Amino acid sequence: MKSRKRTNWVAMILIALGTVFILFPLYMAVTIALKNQNDMLNSIFGLPTNLRFENFAKAIEMTNFFQALGNSAIVTISTVVLTILSNSLVAYAVARNMGKSKFFKGLYFYFISAMFIPFPIIMLPIVKLTASFGMTNLFGLIILHTVYGLAFNVFIYVGYIRSIPIDLEEAATVDGTGTFGTFARIIFPLMAPINATVGILICLSTYNDFLLPLVIISDQSQYTLPLVQYVFQGQFNTEFNLAFASYLLAMLPMVVIYLFAQKWIINGVTQGAVK
Amino acid sequence: MAKRKAAFYWMTIPALLLFFVFHTFPALQGVFYSFTNWNGFAKTYEFVGFKNYYYLFQDDNVGNAYWFTFKFAIVVTIVINVLSLLIAMGLNASIKARNFFRGVYFLPNILSVLIVGYIFNYLFSNVFTVWGENLGWDWLSTNLLGSQTMAWIGVVFVAVWQGIALNTILYLSGLQTIPTQLYEASGLDGANKWQEFWKITFPLIAPFFTINMVLAMKNALMVFDLIVALTNGGPGRATQSISHLIYTGGFEGGEFAYQSANSVIYFIVIAVISIVQIRYLQRRETDM
Repeated sequence: MKSRKRTNWVAMILIALGTVFILFPLYMAVTIALKNQNDMLNSIFGLPTNLRFENFAKAIEMTNFFQALGNSAIVTISTVVLTILSNSLVAYAVARNMGKSKFFKGLYFYFISAMFIPFPIIMLPIVKLTASFGMTNLFGLIILHTVYGLAFNVFIYVGYIRSIPIDLEEAATVDGTGTFGTFARIIFPLMAPINATVGILICLSTYNDFLLPLVIISDQSQYTLPLVQYVFQGQFNTEFNLAFASYLLAMLPMVVIYLFAQKWIINGVTQGAVK
Repeated sequence: MAKRKAAFYWMTIPALLLFFVFHTFPALQGVFYSFTNWNGFAKTYEFVGFKNYYYLFQDDNVGNAYWFTFKFAIVVTIVINVLSLLIAMGLNASIKARNFFRGVYFLPNILSVLIVGYIFNYLFSNVFTVWGENLGWDWLSTNLLGSQTMAWIGVVFVAVWQGIALNTILYLSGLQTIPTQLYEASGLDGANKWQEFWKITFPLIAPFFTINMVLAMKNALMVFDLIVALTNGGPGRATQSISHLIYTGGFEGGEFAYQSANSVIYFIVIAVISIVQIRYLQRRETDM
């Protein structure tokens, strides 16, 4: 498709200059995390003369990094898996019946209208509710993320499922396969592209979420990575090098995933928004 | 057939119940408490009718939070969309290493808003001030976030830095749907670049413009993490957003019922803006 045109150098130079704007704060974060306070006094901007990896060791110890990483990983992975399995199933039932059943049509609008409800209206009562159910922990976070995801996910799943021809399922039904079986064996495998989109969006939003853990989680051993940064912000005090080492550690897992799966992530996020 | 129908109900009813219990029910509770005087921890409370709503409209802190949030959201939405479209057009031009640049511009979108806020918090207090002094710019030589009048611009700056990532990628995917032949034809007709943009590019990416305006606006109206990390609403209450006010007042200020009323108003405002925006922008799409 693309014709071999000459490189547009003006655009190229402007785009390259723009990346400085994006990368500068990250450059600062990395270099500060690798300096100590004396290095900082000599030069804030320069590259570190000695790489102070001990900042990372100290930050790991101070914030109990691996515990928080484990918590974030449990919440993120469980939410992604549970969301893909459950929300797609709900959307399947809705998509295949909303044309002929008022109940399912109503259900569709019930879920998607929740997209307009801002979280703060739920935030105050949900704290009482999760406390009374004993859900002020990682399990509660996983359930809430999965349930709240329905609003948006049903919307994009239904759009996708309606584009899958119904003939396939009718053939399976004639063969005597049950509805759940038809979904598991025929529909779910066909949903791989949209599952990837949903999975990526949920992974990003759950891993980086701050507000829900902030209001739900009370026990420090259950803190997720963003919450740990918040709680330790005061304790880092003027030890900016430690603070930055801690920030980088918290961002690292997602950045590593991004380096390897950049194309999928960009496509997934684009598909999710355009749908 | 009946069995098949039963299966479809089994697929949805558990989700429906969970959604009702954890989403709709607390939302209704919020509306319910907004008519009481509950502080969030006392054993008893009384109904006070519309008193909370009445006081909301006279509360300077509330007015201030709405003013900041709207000012912030409008400026952020406009700046993000202009910059994103320019960057997307640059990325769509015939440049080398396009995928690399695309990857860099999208990077901020995968980072935690809170941590990005903390990084910039440091840059504002210790790095940008050095530039301000060297350049002799008074407004930058002290911490911008500490200034009553300028702090909101600092928050806008960080929101833009992070927000352009998503919108750029969306505009880029819109631009890539435009067939190059259209530009060749307009080139033959003697259209200049400016006409080309307004007559061809912009109308064809109108759906993407709608999505980007709605997304950017919605994210900005909900701003919370960034406020916590950058200013905590300060100095004074200069950068307190609506959700930050609901959070601090509701959990820390003993204003559970009062902030519930505030969140009901907030919900109405968000719903009205979203609907108006979508209606208006979709009509424009079809007009063009």
